[in-house]
Formats: sequence, structure tokens, C-alpha cells
Amino acid sequence: MNKASDQPKGGAQIKDKTVPQPLLNGPPQVINLGLASFADELTKQGTVVVHVDWSPPARGNVELANLLSKLSE
Amino acid sequence: MSKLVNRVCVGLFLDSVILMQISRSITLLDGVEDAALMIGTPSNLDLLNNSKLLARASLRATGGDLILAIRARDEATAASALAKAEILLERPTVGHTGTTTLRPRTLRSAQDNLPAANLALISVPGDFAAAEARKALRAGLNVMLFSDNVSLSEEVSLKREAVEAGLLVMGPDCGTAIIGGVPLAFANQIPQGAIGIIGASGTGIQEVSSLIAQAGYGVSHALGVGGRDLSDPVGGISTLAALDMLEGDSATRHIVLISKPPSPSVAKRVIDTLAHSEKPCTVCFLGADAPSLPDNVSFARTLKATAELATGRSSKKKRPEFKSIIPHVTTGHQRIHGLFCGGTLSSEAQVVFLDQGVSVASNAPIPGAEAVGSGTSHVLIDLGSDEYTRGRPHPMIDPTVRDEELTKALADSTLAVILLDVVIGFGAHPDPAGTIVRVVEAAGTERPIVVASVTGTDDDPQNRQTQMAKLVDGGIVVAPTNADAATLALSCLVRDD
Amino acid sequence: MTTSEKVGSSIREANAEAIRRILEAEPVLIDVVPASEAIPALQEGMILHAGPPIDWGNMCGPMRGAVAGIAVFEGWATDLAEAERLAESGAFSLNPNHDFGAVGPMTGMTTLSQPVLVVENRASGNHAFCTINEGLGKVMRFGGNDASVLKRLGWLRDTLGPALGVALRAGKGIELKPLVARGLTMGDEMHQRNLGCSSLLLRTLAPDLARTVDDRTALAEMLSFIGSNDQFFLNLAMVLGKAIMDPVCDIESSSVVTAMSRNGTDFGIRVSGLGDEWFTAPVEMPVGLYFPGFSADDANPDMGDSTIVETIGLGGFAMAAAPAVAGFVGVGTPSSAADFTRTMGEITLTQNPEWTIPALDYQGVPTGIDIRLVVETGITPTINTGIAHRKPGIGQVGAGVVRAPLACFELALKALATRLGVG
Repeated sequence: MNKASDQPKGGAQIKDKTVPQPLLNGPPQVINLGLASFADELTKQGTVVVHVDWSPPARGNVELANLLSKLSE
Repeated sequence: MSKLVNRVCVGLFLDSVILMQISRSITLLDGVEDAALMIGTPSNLDLLNNSKLLARASLRATGGDLILAIRARDEATAASALAKAEILLERPTVGHTGTTTLRPRTLRSAQDNLPAANLALISVPGDFAAAEARKALRAGLNVMLFSDNVSLSEEVSLKREAVEAGLLVMGPDCGTAIIGGVPLAFANQIPQGAIGIIGASGTGIQEVSSLIAQAGYGVSHALGVGGRDLSDPVGGISTLAALDMLEGDSATRHIVLISKPPSPSVAKRVIDTLAHSEKPCTVCFLGADAPSLPDNVSFARTLKATAELATGRSSKKKRPEFKSIIPHVTTGHQRIHGLFCGGTLSSEAQVVFLDQGVSVASNAPIPGAEAVGSGTSHVLIDLGSDEYTRGRPHPMIDPTVRDEELTKALADSTLAVILLDVVIGFGAHPDPAGTIVRVVEAAGTERPIVVASVTGTDDDPQNRQTQMAKLVDGGIVVAPTNADAATLALSCLVRDD
Repeated sequence: MTTSEKVGSSIREANAEAIRRILEAEPVLIDVVPASEAIPALQEGMILHAGPPIDWGNMCGPMRGAVAGIAVFEGWATDLAEAERLAESGAFSLNPNHDFGAVGPMTGMTTLSQPVLVVENRASGNHAFCTINEGLGKVMRFGGNDASVLKRLGWLRDTLGPALGVALRAGKGIELKPLVARGLTMGDEMHQRNLGCSSLLLRTLAPDLARTVDDRTALAEMLSFIGSNDQFFLNLAMVLGKAIMDPVCDIESSSVVTAMSRNGTDFGIRVSGLGDEWFTAPVEMPVGLYFPGFSADDANPDMGDSTIVETIGLGGFAMAAAPAVAGFVGVGTPSSAADFTRTMGEITLTQNPEWTIPALDYQGVPTGIDIRLVVETGITPTINTGIAHRKPGIGQVGAGVVRAPLACFELALKALATRLGVG
């Protein structure tokens, strides 16, 4: 979702494909999917991290997950 | 007649470490023979089946469901254990970051919260990891893929896609990285400096970076590329991408590459690339002989030698050498038994043995070493290997398996020396030395000599000096490096000169 | 590009178009006319109801009561018993409101002579229709069908409806998006809470009514009728939602939800790239709070076209704007209301910059439900709904939160994949 204030009225509002981010320009900014302990350790050290409350796609249904990957952008 | 119960919690997901902690608690209950909490992926169903923990109730579970499996001495015990497990599942997990704020449920919404994110650290179960990694790459993120059990073809596909986008995939099965001084997953607190490391091995990176720190130098970045990156099918895609990044990184003035020996064609491709580097490089192919090298590249066969070459062989700091008297075996026994949490550390120990002309066996043998059961007396075990970690946490997180093996070895009256690694740092157990000392002290005085080294730094949460002192106080002989510990273990044996 | 990449990018482009149409819509209340004028296809014996298609045999108690009642009202039966016999025999043509450009709350009865609100979407030229809200208690939308109910419907038909028509035609129409925007700052979410918008609407209508209604007693009655109904604006929220979403209903490859609706038995959704096909599953039971004297045993299954409100990002999606509703629907503390809005952000493509929520630092309401995101996350749309008594004509017995069934979205996903050649 884009911040409401950023968007011109009526323009296509869906976020564009994201530009590849450089890795080595400084301390990383991390999105953590999986073990919460990794995010906890990073937070303790003051690293910017967002922990995702992740669960298997399509509630674990393999057939639907495969369809999703075929319909993804 | 033992009783097996299964309960399926539809739609419930918790991370594997939490599940294993709960499994552990349940297994410790009186009367419980075995217990496991796992999500219902096909591979986990196999695991449960092989452990005789799978009941019919779970057969239609999917990866989105959680299975509680308990085998106990009777029905009442099983029911009571099941109830306890359900209580533990309801308890909010301790120590989570930002517990009052709603957390994003997907990578997509996480990125909305953190548009400047540049790295996805992925440790979801292997069945789902490749798909998440792909989403991350398409979102413009570099990927550290901690998850293992990602197929070779997925690895190649992901790495090719990453290269097209100018992104790096670290992994699969990448446990260690350091970026801009920040330790990621299992890594150590290393001062920032000029040495950039690329490693197809987690504990290899940990040992080399720690030795660099101990010598008073620092690391710019340490990039893990996954154990298979330098194999022929993958062809070194991430290694070459990482080289490119370090080449362009102004903070990096020396490049180190650590791997078990790659295929000759991949080795050649990598070394040819290094030849074009403007920076001096040190290459470590563990246990291999030096290939032909360009002028700017030095070669090392051990992690210890790698650190020495990268730092120019001179220590900036004058640290008091850790004094220890080399004990000699008096019983006439000649066998050494090694218990390693770090796979590369067990490989380095094998290199040291072979270099001294001593035969050695391992469950993860390097070229020139034997497989276990071949009759060779010295045995070095990698406890992080699949057969020990199936359905159990890695020994670096949970020392239970290593403590059990250590107890057995201490009671083995035919052993002369036990050789251990002790890996500290972020992600590792809070006090591995303490658990070892407790086990050793319980074994009494008639026991094999125990030799260890500590991989890590004084800045790590566990503090290397503190850990070493604990071991010494507990009667364990401590060497300054993993390679030195192997040498020291051999020195303990009475030799016929 | 691989086939999959082509499919992915065509969905992306189609969804961008869907969002553009949603956000550029300009719904304006322009008139009130008899349904026969608004919907030429309506015939004698034709009854439009809420939700996806359903036949008499499967209808719940309140909806049957409403069908019987409206048949008597229209003069197709002399009494309720005859109406029921006729219904049983298939004499009436029962159709979803949605198929005729209309929506209706709860039982949602729409027939020839009833006055309907007319909203024009000035951006795309289409029109949408909805009956006038009858008020609370014993009303036809809860299945009420006795003399008092029919008398009120008669008054709407003969007095309030025509008067509103005259008043609206005398002016330039009432722009509805700005009203909603103001309501969001006043604690409304436009499904279970419409107090702000209802008040603003009355404020706008009153002078026009005063100018065009000569009889002061009649005027007072009309103002009182509207002014005493906190939920008067609900029907406007619904019809403006229909006006916004109808132009989105046919964009090839789009995975955006264009309608959500229930008939007391089934929950149905429609998806832009799949046209007017309904994907249905049994409704779920609301979880909520009951008025004194009532309990879950009294509850009717979920019913009504009012979920068009969530489809455009309001209602349960905008709960962060309406902390008071959290207590009313029993989800917990007012401060937890924001979590619902944030969670709906996981299944929507964007935010609406014209409908913002002060408590969330003016983030726009989550807009554009994507069936792929629903299936991927397993998070289903949260709906703030009234709970009707399962016996006809008693009225609302509570309010709560109900979810759209995941099965609807899974079915739609499979259909979309097949349609796009990757199923």
C-alpha cells in the first residue's frame, strides 16, 4: 500500500516493481521470515529489522500455492 | 504397550525452533517415550513415520497444519502430555520484537513498512523457502537463505534470477554472514576492517573472521554463498557475484575465499576472476594443494593459515598466549574421538591429522579420510550433519546431542583424547562452555583428556575469554585455534619415535 | 517472457486499471424513482433479493417472510398464506439485486413500485439503485411482513420517495464521496456505524425538502423519519459502492473482487476478470455481541448485499476510523479496531487517498481486494454486520464480525487460473 499523501489523485495506485537494492552500502535493513530469534538478535544490536508473522502460503495447500506462483507478478 | 496419539491443529504455524523447544519439554515428561511437533509437510510426515510417531489422524495434514505427535507408556500419560503441549502452544512466545504492534504477515506488507529494506533473511521450512526467496528477489531484495532442503534446481534458478537483477543469493543452508559489521544469523561480533570474506561454509567464516579479530584486524563484509555454490551444477554463481560486490566495495582491501575443494573447472573460473582483481586475495580450499595462482592470490589449506595470510602473518596486538601444559596420555590408549558442531571445523581437523600422516575417519570425510566404520581408530564426527539433525535443532543452538555424545565418549575407556569445538556468537547457545564443563565434571577423574578451542571473539555475548577460562577451570585443555586443537590432541598421544 | 511472466504482468496491468476505475469514480445521488422506472427489466411477479441466486426452498426464515410480504404489498397475493403458496409453486421470478444494478440490505427486497435511491457514477456514466432504509425493529429487511410493515412501505412509496425525488431533481445532486470522507473523521465506518454520515445527509437534504414539500406536517414526519434512523446512510453507502464497482466488473485478467454478498444461506463473490460469475460457499456465523435478551441461538445466518461496503474499503476495512464499533461488535478494546484495518491491508492492493483515517495518520482505507492475496495469506475480508433474528420480522438482535468464506476465493482463484491458461 502506498502512503495516501504520496499519490496523485486518480493515477495508477499500485506500487511499481521494486528496484534491486545494493547490499553493501552500510548496515543492512532486514526483513526476517522464519525464526523469530534472528529478528530478536538483530533488534538487540540496533539493526533495522521487520519480522514477518509468516505462515505457509495458501494454508499449506500445495495445489493452490502452485496456482498462486503461476499468477504472481 | 505404549500409546501413540496425534492431534492436528489446522491452520496453526509456529517456527521450528519454538516447536522443538516444546517437543523437548514434552519428551522430558515422565512416561513420555518420544514427542514431536511439526508442520505437516510430506517430508515431515516421512520423518514422523520413520520415528514411529505418525498416526492415521495426521495423514491428511498439510504444511499449513501443525501435528502434535506423542508416544507415551499408556493412554492416560499420552492424554496428559497432549494437554500440556496444547497449553505450551497457547503461551505467547517469549522475547519477540515489538510485541504490541501488529506484525506484517507477508514479505509484501513488510516491505510497505520498510521500503528501504535491502535484505530478506529467510529461515522458513525448506518446502517453502525457494518460493519466498523468489518473491524477495522480485521485490528487489538480496537474499540470505538460511533454510536448507532447497533443491539444487531451485538453487540454480534462484541464483540465475538474482544475477540478472544484480542481487546476491547467500545460501541455501547459509548460516553465517556479516554485512557492514552486522552479524546475521550465526555470526560473531567482529570489528569492521578491510578484509572481505566469501565463504561456502558457515563455521569456516566464523573461525576465519574470529581469528582475524583476535589478531587485531577487522572484516568489511562476510558473504556466505551456500555449500553447493562451487559445485559444477551451480558453477559458482553467487561466489562470482559476491566477488564482484567486494571488488566494488571501497572498504574491502583484501578478499578471502573459503571453501571445501571445488571442482577443477569452477576453481579455475573463480581464480581467473580473482586474477583480474585489483585487490590481494587469499584462497582457502580446505585440505587441497595449491592450484596454479596469479600473483595477487595466496593459498591456504587451513582456516588458521587463511587468517594468517590475510592479516600478513603479523599480529597487531600482543595478546598473552594462552598457557596450557600439554598432557600426555598415560593409559597407553591411542584413540582420538572428535565431536564437532561446525562441519568445516571437523574438516579442518581432518586436514591437520592427514598433514601429520595420521589416518582419520569421519561421518563427513574429506578426500583422503575414511568413512566411519572402516576400522580407522581416530574418528571425527560432524554433529551438524543430517543424520544427527533430522527433527532436532542444530547442535550450535541446542547442545543436547553433543552433550549426550560427550557423556558416552567420556565413559569410553578405550579413548585417549576427546576433541571438541566450541562455537559462540549470535545465535549460538548462551553458555556452551558451561554445558561442556558440567558434563565433563560429572564424568569424574578417570576419563579421556578433553581438548577444545573456542571459535568467537571477546565481543560476542558469551565472551571468548570467559568461555576459555571456564573450560580451563573445568579441566579441559584449550588451544588458541581449531587447527591448534587438532595438533594439540595429536601431541597428547604417546608416539613410538 | 515466459507464459507465467506474461500472465503475471497482464494481471498486474488489469488490476491497475481496476484500481484506477475505483478511485476515479464519482458517485452522486441524483434522484429517487420507482424501481420500475429505474430498472426497466422489472416485471410483475419479479422479486429481486440480496445475495447470489437462491430459490424459495433454500431461503431462510426472514427472507421467506420478506418475499411473502412484498408479494402482498405489490398486490400479487391477497394475504401472506397465499403469497407463500405462490412462492412455493414458483410463481415469482426470484433474482439477485446485483444482476439488475441494485443492492439491498438484509433480505434486500426490490420490486416494481418501491422507491429506489438513484446514484450516478459521473466518471463512467453508470447508475446503481437501492431502496430507502426503513428504520429499525420490525421492518421488511429483517423479514417483517405484517400490516405495520406494509403501511410503512406504502408511506415510502407514496410520500417520502416522491418528495426526495422532487428535492433531488431540483438541485445538482449530492456528491457522496466527500460525505463518506467526513464521516470517517467522525467515527463512522459506513456499515454498522453511519451516525455521522446520516446526520450530514439530513443536513444537506433538509433545506431542499423544506423548499419542495408544502405540507409542514408531512415535512416534519419526513425529517423525523430520516433523523431518527442512525443507519439511514447505510443504504447510500451500499448504493454508492455498487455505482463504484459496476464499471470494474469486466476487466480481462483482473483478480480484484467486485462484489461480496449473502442471501442467508450462501456467501457469494464476483471477480473482475471473471465477469458476473458467482463463487459461493455457505455463509459463516457472525461472532459478536447480542442485545439484552438475545443470544447466538437466535441468530440468523449472514445476509444482505451490504458487504458491497467492505468491497470498497469501508465497514470492517475502515474499523480504525470507528473505535466505538469495536465494542459494539464485540471484537475487543477500541484500540484493537486499528488492527483490523491494518490486517485488511494484507489483502488489498492500495489505499484510497480520498478516504483517509485520522487515527492512522491519514492512511487511506484498504482498497482493491485481490483474490490472490486472500488465498496466499488465508486472511479473509472482515465484515462488520448486523445480526438478524432467525424468525421473520423480529429485527436486529446483535452485531458482530463475520468473515467472507475462504472457499469463495479459492474457487475464484482456480477459475481465474483456468481462464488465463495456467490452471
